[in-house]
Amino acid sequence: MTAVVRHGPTALRVDDLRIGRRRRVREAVIRTAITVSATASILISTLIVLSLIGNALNFVQQVDPAQLVDEGWFPRRDMFSIPTILAGTLVISGVGMLIATPLGIGAAIYLSEYASDRVRKTLKPILEVLAAVPSVVLGYFAITVISPTVVGTIHPGGQVFSMAAAGIAVGILITPLIASVAEDALHAVPSALREASYGLGARRLATSVRVVVPAAISGIVAALILGISRAIGETMIVAIAAGAAGGSLFTINPFDPGITMTAAMTALATGSDQVRGASLAFPSLFFVGLLLFAITLVLNFISDAFVRRVRQRY
Amino acid sequence: MTAQTAANRPSAARSAVEAGLHSGRRDWTGMAAALVLLLTLIASLAILFVLLADVFSRALPVFTSRGLDFLGAPSSLNPEIAGVGQAIVGSIVLTIFVIVIALPIGITAAVYLEEYAGDSRFARFVNTNIRNLAGVPAIVYGLLGLAVFVTTLGAGRSLIAGGMTLAILVLPIVVITTAEALRAVPLTIREAAYGVGATRSEVVTGHVLPYAMPGILTGVVLTLARAFGETAPLIMVGAITGVFRSDPQASIADRLQGPFTALPTMVFSWAKQPQEEFRALTAAAIVVLLVVILAVNAGAILLRNRYDRRW
Repeated sequence: MTAVVRHGPTALRVDDLRIGRRRRVREAVIRTAITVSATASILISTLIVLSLIGNALNFVQQVDPAQLVDEGWFPRRDMFSIPTILAGTLVISGVGMLIATPLGIGAAIYLSEYASDRVRKTLKPILEVLAAVPSVVLGYFAITVISPTVVGTIHPGGQVFSMAAAGIAVGILITPLIASVAEDALHAVPSALREASYGLGARRLATSVRVVVPAAISGIVAALILGISRAIGETMIVAIAAGAAGGSLFTINPFDPGITMTAAMTALATGSDQVRGASLAFPSLFFVGLLLFAITLVLNFISDAFVRRVRQRY
Repeated sequence: MTAQTAANRPSAARSAVEAGLHSGRRDWTGMAAALVLLLTLIASLAILFVLLADVFSRALPVFTSRGLDFLGAPSSLNPEIAGVGQAIVGSIVLTIFVIVIALPIGITAAVYLEEYAGDSRFARFVNTNIRNLAGVPAIVYGLLGLAVFVTTLGAGRSLIAGGMTLAILVLPIVVITTAEALRAVPLTIREAAYGVGATRSEVVTGHVLPYAMPGILTGVVLTLARAFGETAPLIMVGAITGVFRSDPQASIADRLQGPFTALPTMVFSWAKQPQEEFRALTAAAIVVLLVVILAVNAGAILLRNRYDRRW
């Protein structure tokens, strides 16, 4: 090499820059291996869809449509009322969003617009730790604390297990998620917008509410939809605290025990030894799963579209 | 003279200017709004402390009366002697499954997406797919495990089925956090390595991965903590929610194919027990679970703050 260079720059040929055969083979092997592992995600999606659809179709073929709009969800008695589990899911997610929306967005605005840098650096990690508490723990918290103190005060004489108690716990679970995603969106708003607003004489509140929040609205909406999607898929809190895991009549009263799609699935799975083969209960598990999968997928798509709008603007 | 003191104390100057601009009136609405916003943040954080205080105070009697015996004892229907020994072993083995399966696949998939694929149609498809997978509820992964591992592949309601299901559940999250860490490494590092003749894989293993390692580790550790507390998919693939005997003479292969439980599943089954004694026991199991998860989280956050690098 050195000898070639000494004769002048023109003597360095493209061939000299080519890597050796062994290195080229190594590159090809690594590239192939890495590409294969990237396709694992496609394999997983295919498996999810196949395993859900196969068994769900089985259910749809055998079930009598009248069973799907019965008075309640009692799989052991062949009553598969879809409106019942949808109503339970909606009530619990609704209560959860009622708690999490003001708390999450308020906390996000404070962290992004009001808090000093030091406060922000201390409090945000605590919020992240709160997000790491497993949902099964919040389920226990719902029956030991939320149900007697909070729900007992609003509606005295109620039962230990209620959709309200589960809903409040779900709200606590998704608050840090909403706060953190919304805070990211608010933080991404360029400070030039804030400065312009201050320059026109607006105070901090007016700047936050009239300028920063509207500018970040796509990200905030995305945070809320993500929260709804998480609330709908939440399982353990509901399985522990909402009661009626074995089955329930149609109800939309939050102080009643109720059942959600996810709670219905856990109940079927823990008891499926007894029901397997005997009835439609086992395949109904997959039908409900497919429904849940479809709902959360649509919500995630919508949330994603909103996030992309933020990213395009700034 | 007054101007000079004001300049020496910038905060005083600032409040003087602000008072002048607002013609001396205090901004009550603004202060009230700031207070309300601060209260929402404090409320969100206070819940965490109420939860911790409640669980720890309920669990204290169990630890003072039983001590370490609680950590080793097997599950039982008798609250006097029931412990979390089997559950701890189960959780550790499940975590090992996640480490062995999800981490290598997840990290290499992220390397493919960030370093190899460029902006090809295939890469964009995989990207969207992974983001959607990350949003699928955990219980749906449980159904996948039930249909594929438990039934079709015949693994039964075993540790293997549970471990594979958890690994698949966290895989998309591993890919997303690793890809983020790789993206944070500036392009100039790669260009410098290419400039001295490194091949693509040498650039990745010799330069990009070492720089991204703290970020990848933080993401991975947080993901493992999440898998540690995951309950619903384990229940779907049949983690035992009652009592079972583990045979101390059984070989490792037999144990992997046998019944299992994990800490969060234990919490679930005890939380549903009607007897009052189980309330304290549940709280004690939660304390064990939370100590692991919170310690791991705090460690990961410290790691991130320590190595947080501004390029």
